Amino acid sequence: MKSYICLPTGRVSRAGTVSLMLAVVALSLSACSPKPIAQSAAAPSATAPAATAAPSATASVTATAAKPSPDPRVGLKAGLFDAGEAVWNLNVLSETRPSASFIGKTNSDLAFKDHYAIQGNYNGIQVWDISNPKQPVLDTEYVCPASQSDVSVYKNLLFVSGEGLGGRLDCGIEGVPDAVSKDRLRGIRIFDITDIRHPNYIANVQTCRGSHTHSLLKDPKDDENVYIYVSGSAPVRPAEELPGCSGGAPDEDPNTALFRIEVIKVPLAHPEQAAIVSSPRIFDNLVAPPRHGQAPDDIAALEQARAEGKFIVNFFGQDRVLPDRFVGPMLAGFVKQRGGTVATAADSAAFREALPGIIKKRFNIKEDGGAGPKPGPTQCHDITLYPGIGLAGGACEGYGMILDISDPIHPKRMDAVADSNFSYWHSATFNNDGTKVLFTDEWGGGGQPKCRASDPREWGADAIFTLKDDKMTFRSYYKLSAVQTPEENCVAHNGSLIPIPGRDVMVQSWYQGGVSVFDWTDASHPMEIAYHDRGPISADHMESGGTWSAYWYNGVIVSSEIARGLDIFELKPSALLSANEIAAAKSVRLDYFNTQGQPKYVWPTTYALAGAYLDQLERSKGLSDGQTASVRKALTAAESGASKGALTNLAAKLDGLAAGSSDAAKVRKLAGVVRDLASP
Amino acid sequence: MKTILRIWVPALLFVSTGCQSARPVASTAPPATSVASSTTDLESLYWAQKDSSRTHFTPADVHFMTGMIVHHAQALVMSVLAPSHGAGPEVSTLTLRILNSQRAEIKTMQNWLRDRGQVVPEIHIDGLNLTVTGVDKHMMHMPGMLSQDQLVELDAARGPDFDRLFLKYMIQHHSGAITMVDDLFSTDGAGQDELAFKLASDINVDQKTEIARMNRLLDRLSGTSEGN
Repeated sequence: MKSYICLPTGRVSRAGTVSLMLAVVALSLSACSPKPIAQSAAAPSATAPAATAAPSATASVTATAAKPSPDPRVGLKAGLFDAGEAVWNLNVLSETRPSASFIGKTNSDLAFKDHYAIQGNYNGIQVWDISNPKQPVLDTEYVCPASQSDVSVYKNLLFVSGEGLGGRLDCGIEGVPDAVSKDRLRGIRIFDITDIRHPNYIANVQTCRGSHTHSLLKDPKDDENVYIYVSGSAPVRPAEELPGCSGGAPDEDPNTALFRIEVIKVPLAHPEQAAIVSSPRIFDNLVAPPRHGQAPDDIAALEQARAEGKFIVNFFGQDRVLPDRFVGPMLAGFVKQRGGTVATAADSAAFREALPGIIKKRFNIKEDGGAGPKPGPTQCHDITLYPGIGLAGGACEGYGMILDISDPIHPKRMDAVADSNFSYWHSATFNNDGTKVLFTDEWGGGGQPKCRASDPREWGADAIFTLKDDKMTFRSYYKLSAVQTPEENCVAHNGSLIPIPGRDVMVQSWYQGGVSVFDWTDASHPMEIAYHDRGPISADHMESGGTWSAYWYNGVIVSSEIARGLDIFELKPSALLSANEIAAAKSVRLDYFNTQGQPKYVWPTTYALAGAYLDQLERSKGLSDGQTASVRKALTAAESGASKGALTNLAAKLDGLAAGSSDAAKVRKLAGVVRDLASP
Repeated sequence: MKTILRIWVPALLFVSTGCQSARPVASTAPPATSVASSTTDLESLYWAQKDSSRTHFTPADVHFMTGMIVHHAQALVMSVLAPSHGAGPEVSTLTLRILNSQRAEIKTMQNWLRDRGQVVPEIHIDGLNLTVTGVDKHMMHMPGMLSQDQLVELDAARGPDFDRLFLKYMIQHHSGAITMVDDLFSTDGAGQDELAFKLASDINVDQKTEIARMNRLLDRLSGTSEGN
């Protein structure tokens, strides 16, 4: 274990500084290098990780892993640092406690640079060296209170969000007593982290609503600046505190801080000159947006109902089955109107015909469905920028939006959907191709238990859409399947894609619901493939905790646990995910990662990549067992040194097989990789 | 060791007297502890920090929580009427969401008060009659709340009439909640408590979102735009 000193490099309270410094340094010497906590009996031991080198192409899938039933996540023992744990298809590499300066304070979001995980905390930031993920080392703790301390990083710059009323410009811990104060920071803090152990606080950009979160945009066409999109959802600060801020409705005050986001331009050569350059109104003229319509299963159920002769009515643009309990009284009323007492077959038929008119009249529905002049949301909670495809996904109160960001200073709204379940959307994630988008509904704000058996599965879940020509089509919901207790705050929260080639897989945090890894390649049928969960912090009252963010970074899953610190996992091969697929995912290396600035994954040419596609073809029966076996044999031979010519032949053979395959596209993809392997 | 003890004691004193003050108390630096970093010590530190973070609140925060409990309770009174009053599908879904969210928030607010040694209001709903123990009479009329006459009027409505009246009154009700949040944030020292800030901000945003949705729904049901 290397020896070093953790210096509390942030500002500490002016009072009692000397005695405090002594105490904190004494504490830091012992607490700085936390050892991985011993696993509870429920979790498998953290054995040597799966080989990071491309495994032999012969090993396709390991022991089958049907989802454990009953779900071991139900009934876990409560505890702060000794709760019961359940894990499936993951290896727990380490579980590290927060440092003394940050314990008991909320750990929040994560950003990554080189081999560092930068963890936000309501008390400041912690920088962990995760070059050995089994033993993270706390390199820096910087005390500078701000909620929520959402973090982003780009080269030598670190950006931190603050919106709470107690955040101070000078990083002091005493709060800000006055409602109007020149000491208050609500906005973005900017640090130079050239020396990451000693962050240099160089600038602030104040905003009218503070910054709840922010998104960093590196436009591929601009190497001189980065842009920060600020999402503020807290109440507007008075104009006396920050001139120009107004909370009025736009028809009262066109400069209102409502109805817009703020874009900050940061010149990389002079970050201290960072400033707001625009406040685009992306919410204007949003009226009666199209609802997401029904999922394919709903549509099938409707067809079934039609076939059975049930009555179908169209309510507010959606076909619904008229519940039986309404049919009786309505039909009786209809019969009575014609002067009869008993319904006949003719009555039924006439009623069916008259039904749309009856509904319209009863609910006073306008012909065009209604479109009042009322504006839509007033802010976005979170915006995910995907410069690789020139789009951003905005989760804006009741709307999910697609924005064109080809001009980063002037994002343009291309499409918006609202949810008939009254979801309050929180964040967005695109799949790597940009053909799907997922919005999360953080119902209850993250502090409430919303994964109880009684909570509807459409609430507090992910809504999955396909995306084509900048237009969204709803497909399905995904929600954590394990029931959680009323003592566990639980709802969909932050996550990221895992770069498994050929599949859309995401890892996501669910607060005390734990970490869930799911496959949404089939947008209509998302499926969980791995998880980790702990029991509640407290058995008898709701104590806020759980995973705030869980992201994939350079081969591991890192989770920021609100109360318990930093958890690091890796994927374990199973029938649902092969060793090759995991190795191919690990072959994608990034220099930095911010989840709201989604990178476009590109896979280097490796035998693992070829093996991954082959495993997928075996799973989907895109190739016959015989074909799969012979391809595997050829790849193994090539990997251990057979001539390149053999690979060229194999590629040609695969091209030939494509036409007859149920998954021609993937066979061709595999052929392409094999061809690349032949000519490095 | 003396150094460390000196820092510990003031924090403990705060906790035991359930201290509250007109101005936020200067937050002490994270309490130091003995050098060992065993799990038990870390757990103690965690709970001590949590306790300490519950001492930075003002009477305005307490007033907000207490008043909002009453306010939310009336939203429940209104929302439970939906099934028996022929509410349409959209209003039905909306009331289910309001019932679920606001019940949970009431619990959170009761816990907040309890954790800070304050009087915890208890709610009793009997049809249209709402009683709340532990609050002053004047707190029963928070901004935006319906009068008993308005509640009776709502109770008499059925079907589309109920829908329209419910939406109109709930929009008024939600607007009142937003006023309460504005009052909180314009009070010196208030909203510094993290949970109070988060709850107030969430209520602000959630209810503004719902007002917008309710307005759109009302437009459709009325067949008019507001202002016609």
